Amino acid sequence: MLRRERIADVEAGRLEAVVIGTSAGGINALGVILPALPAETPFPVVVVVHMPPREASPIVSVFKSRCAIAISEPRDKEDVTGGVAWFAPPNYHLLVESDHTFALSIEAPVNHCRPSIDALFESAASAYGRHLVAVVLTGANEDGAEGVAAVREAGGIVIVQDPATAEMPLMPRAASARAQPDAMGTLQEIAAVLRAGAIARHR
Amino acid sequence: MMIGPDEDIEIRLLLDAIYHRFHYDFRSYSMASIRRRLAQARAQLGCETTSRLQERVLHDPQTFPRLLQFLTVQVSDLFRDPSFFAMLRTEIVPELRTYPSLKVWVAGCSTGEEVYSLAIAFREEGILDRTTFYATDINPDALRKAEAAVYPLERIPTFTENHRLSGAPTSLSEHYTAAYGSAVLDRSLRKQIVFSDHSLATDSVFAEVQLVTCRNVLIYFDKALQDRALGLMRDSLCRRGFLGLGTKETLRFSSHATAFRQPSLAEQWYQRC
Repeated sequence: MLRRERIADVEAGRLEAVVIGTSAGGINALGVILPALPAETPFPVVVVVHMPPREASPIVSVFKSRCAIAISEPRDKEDVTGGVAWFAPPNYHLLVESDHTFALSIEAPVNHCRPSIDALFESAASAYGRHLVAVVLTGANEDGAEGVAAVREAGGIVIVQDPATAEMPLMPRAASARAQPDAMGTLQEIAAVLRAGAIARHR
Repeated sequence: MMIGPDEDIEIRLLLDAIYHRFHYDFRSYSMASIRRRLAQARAQLGCETTSRLQERVLHDPQTFPRLLQFLTVQVSDLFRDPSFFAMLRTEIVPELRTYPSLKVWVAGCSTGEEVYSLAIAFREEGILDRTTFYATDINPDALRKAEAAVYPLERIPTFTENHRLSGAPTSLSEHYTAAYGSAVLDRSLRKQIVFSDHSLATDSVFAEVQLVTCRNVLIYFDKALQDRALGLMRDSLCRRGFLGLGTKETLRFSSHATAFRQPSLAEQWYQRC
């Protein structure tokens, strides 16, 4: 795995939030990442997966049975609490406010996507600054590339799935071209880094 | 996108300037959303910084009307979230039928999709003629579009599918005429609607109503402004009147939660106690 020094901060648990963006192949990829996180994960994990717009998303129920960490879809103004993997609801953008509450939006799609990874990442970059870890996984469009640039600009940490190992390489490739990742590796390697961060304080 | 504390200072100054100069109050809007919209506005209006945008807003009379289109969101569909309307038909309309005349407030009506959806549903349920709809918004351009009731034909397939999924007994095509690439909604719907300028941030209660819908409007407000707006809706509603919110909106975090109960399992419908 390509890794730079700040990944040690993540593994030592020095982070406040993780945001993850993915599209095509994302359900399988998250199926490797999320089950690695314990129920006591101290930080929130906020996830955008591009899905067809419909009222009720099956994602929450798909992951609930397979994960120790709680799985939820936030309501407007809900606190972004740790120990939960929060999924953006279909057909809404999901944003994080500076006071670490969720804000939803039905503004126009970004890169034809609603929810948009860029929209989540940019707001989270502003809310968590250098204590944010942004992760881009498999995907077939370039949503997330502007987002990781904003995360990097705010001093946060960027982790990208190695495009060579991604089901769909376009999204991780665009992200790593836009902001030099602090780590780039397989799903298993990324899962191990996040898991280390999640259990660091319990050791 | 530029972010950081300096950007937020500039945004607060701009919103103050807009309030003092134009009496539009965006100061209690969700900051995460305002940041995004101003980034788009700066790009489209060719202003490198928010401070430059402020200068233009104050000194060039053409700029504010354009900026207002970015600050107010105008994205909706006819029968958006069909289950909301399905619940309206099965749970809410039976009680509305017991009133000899009805008043409905659509707060934040934007370009009219929500109020026309309600009007079509009310016609299908046989209660349109006894109903007056008050459709309010702060954006004069949006209100003009809403009054015109003309929508691009390419949006009709989505509207038709939503309408069907809402449990409609008629076909949507009975309620519009297609002409020159547009769908013009039936004039008899328009007749029951009063469009009006009204701000949830600065105006007060204007009527007693049996039903309020305000969907995907409160999500752009901070908690304090949400409470103000919900207070207006609470005070407008008669006893047992209904409040319809967006699918992901909830009264759970509001100080007005105890003024309402939930008549059904559908999260987005509330009833005034």
